[in-house]
Amino acid sequence: MQNIFIPLVSTAKSVVAISAVALSAVTVSAVTLGALSTPMSAYASEGGILLDHAPMQKATDVQALQRGAKLFVNYCLNCHGAQSMRYNRLKDIGLTDEQIKSNLLFTAEKVGELMTVSLSKKDGKDWFGAVPPDLSVIARSKASGAGSGADWLYTYLRTFYRDSSRETGWNNRAFHNVGMPHVLWELQGEQRAVFAKVPDPHDKSKTVEVFEKFELTKPGKLNKLDYDNAVGDLVGFLVWMGEPDAAFRKRLGVLVLIFLGIFLLPCAWWLNRTYWKDLH
Amino acid sequence: MASKKEAVIVSGLGALDKPAGDLITWLDQRFPLMENWKAHMSEYYAPKNFNFWYIFGGLAMLVLVIQIVTGIFLVMHYKPDGAKAFESVEYIMREVPWGWLVRYMHSTGASMFFVVIYLHMFRGLIYGSYRKPRELIWIFGVLIFLTLMAEAFFGYLLPWGQMSYWGAQVIVNLFAALPIIGEDLSIWIRGDYVVSDATLNRFFAFHVIALPLVILGLVAAHILALHEVGSNNPDGIEIKENKDERGIPRDGIPFHPFYTVHDIFWVVVFLMVFSVIVFFAPEMGGYFLEYNNFIPADPLKTPAHIAPVWYFTPYYSILRAMVWPFFWIDAKVWGVVAMGAATLIFFFLPWLDRSPVKSIRYRPTMHKYIYAVFIACFFILGYLGTLPPTDGRTLVSQICTLLYFAFFLGMPWWSRMGQFKPVPARVTM
Repeated sequence: MQNIFIPLVSTAKSVVAISAVALSAVTVSAVTLGALSTPMSAYASEGGILLDHAPMQKATDVQALQRGAKLFVNYCLNCHGAQSMRYNRLKDIGLTDEQIKSNLLFTAEKVGELMTVSLSKKDGKDWFGAVPPDLSVIARSKASGAGSGADWLYTYLRTFYRDSSRETGWNNRAFHNVGMPHVLWELQGEQRAVFAKVPDPHDKSKTVEVFEKFELTKPGKLNKLDYDNAVGDLVGFLVWMGEPDAAFRKRLGVLVLIFLGIFLLPCAWWLNRTYWKDLH
Repeated sequence: MASKKEAVIVSGLGALDKPAGDLITWLDQRFPLMENWKAHMSEYYAPKNFNFWYIFGGLAMLVLVIQIVTGIFLVMHYKPDGAKAFESVEYIMREVPWGWLVRYMHSTGASMFFVVIYLHMFRGLIYGSYRKPRELIWIFGVLIFLTLMAEAFFGYLLPWGQMSYWGAQVIVNLFAALPIIGEDLSIWIRGDYVVSDATLNRFFAFHVIALPLVILGLVAAHILALHEVGSNNPDGIEIKENKDERGIPRDGIPFHPFYTVHDIFWVVVFLMVFSVIVFFAPEMGGYFLEYNNFIPADPLKTPAHIAPVWYFTPYYSILRAMVWPFFWIDAKVWGVVAMGAATLIFFFLPWLDRSPVKSIRYRPTMHKYIYAVFIACFFILGYLGTLPPTDGRTLVSQICTLLYFAFFLGMPWWSRMGQFKPVPARVTM
């Protein structure tokens, strides 16, 4: 009877031996790589700043998604398009065709239309220095070693500050010298960045500017907490829009794994055992 | 009215009931159906001591089928057009019913193909499956590996994201480094001076027609050659050298049903792993679907860091490790040469290995350490290939590249060294 497992884990000791070779190889690699890889998670990304964590639960919260959709349509969908999204896909987040038509349809006529904008590429380039990117999958594209795409967007939309040297009058901590002005300024208000002068670590005779903090110079409609929440809603919406089927995908995945693991796997194991048990 | 059913004897299947038996007999008189069924399934005698490492050949065939079937459905909706390609992928993801599933299965399948193939090659390596008389099986296998790399490379351009575009640009530009013909050759490959719509269309043609045909042909040759000489096993013993009075290897069992039911079990395990990725982590942390590839291709904006997908990174590291212009020839050329040599060197393995035993089980302990170092180098090169280079990293890749080649080129010597263990006459379970 002890031979039942032979076909499956046949000669367990050899598997263990070979795995030991592979495992020691992996360990050696891991140690070397640990020494080599810089703390990628802390730095990197375009601005090279630490990213704040976006409140990800908002990407599956219908109320937050609806608020985010409203902000998106009001503030983003003038210069940025979302060419892969149809307005009526918003029904997935609990809105009706009527609600979409009366509250969210500014640049289109029918709810079946794609979220395109009339801003031409040339105008975009002339006005902002770069064509405003399409936002359909922006949350997926902004992920990096520094954090998820949501983290980047959440940080980016909260770190605009006044900078008179820029043509738009705005600069950003997460995206240095960004072409986009702070479109949410009426909500957040205006802030300025305070930089401290510290000695250059490479050349003691010089000083470099290091970001210290933001100072609110003109309050907006929302206080800090409410603004962070609103940006969280907007980022949650952008994450949802990046893959509207994501929630369904995960639900289906659970069912598929239950089918494979609880039904098919024991059947296959039993079938195999039935054939192999008398073999020596 | 219960009349006794008439039975028909079918060679290879035994007694079958009337209609089914007649049908098979009818077919068999016109097509070598049972002959092939017996030769490749019911009377193909495989060693009875296959272990875990022997599941990956079958799994590779499963992934090939997944790739072909999902690929057919993707082609129905994908637009190989520089202006539409990126959006057509998002169209598949959002508007085509179940398009997201088909696309994720295809993208996950691409990576899992390499996972399975690398493990399959590892098995061949540790049990000496490439040794005489299986050299040709191995050569067909290496050809499949190389064709698969080309297939993956062409396919990766199709989503037309930034990494698709710039990855293709970097790789095609490598050909431009070749002396004299390089520049013209790279233009000939692209069909343009830069990667463009023309490139996308030809890569599409190669990806969906030319290379899949080549792969299918090579897989058939790989299996025919295998079934001609018979399978190796973890003990590295030739089971055909010990046959019973009927001419059947004493340590052999019919592939069907024993290994079909065995493989079905592992197929289910594999599908579970596959499903976890498809349903819960299709991007696999940026390793299966790179984040930058969600930005549409922009010929005017070079990404700060261009990294190939993980399955190419060991070879990409070897390419980047060559930084010296030997004999006044551009370092890039040496990089291409080293990268090419690193893959082509697998062809020579059957003749580089001079060990008196095939299997790692009966080799000296020292050999196990050598394999471990080789595998470690492969992992380190793979990881470093995903990162931007620094001086330290380049030095480590150079050391690993050296060890990678030393493993193969030193094999005629080290494979004969040490105290070998006695190989048993019969397989061990």
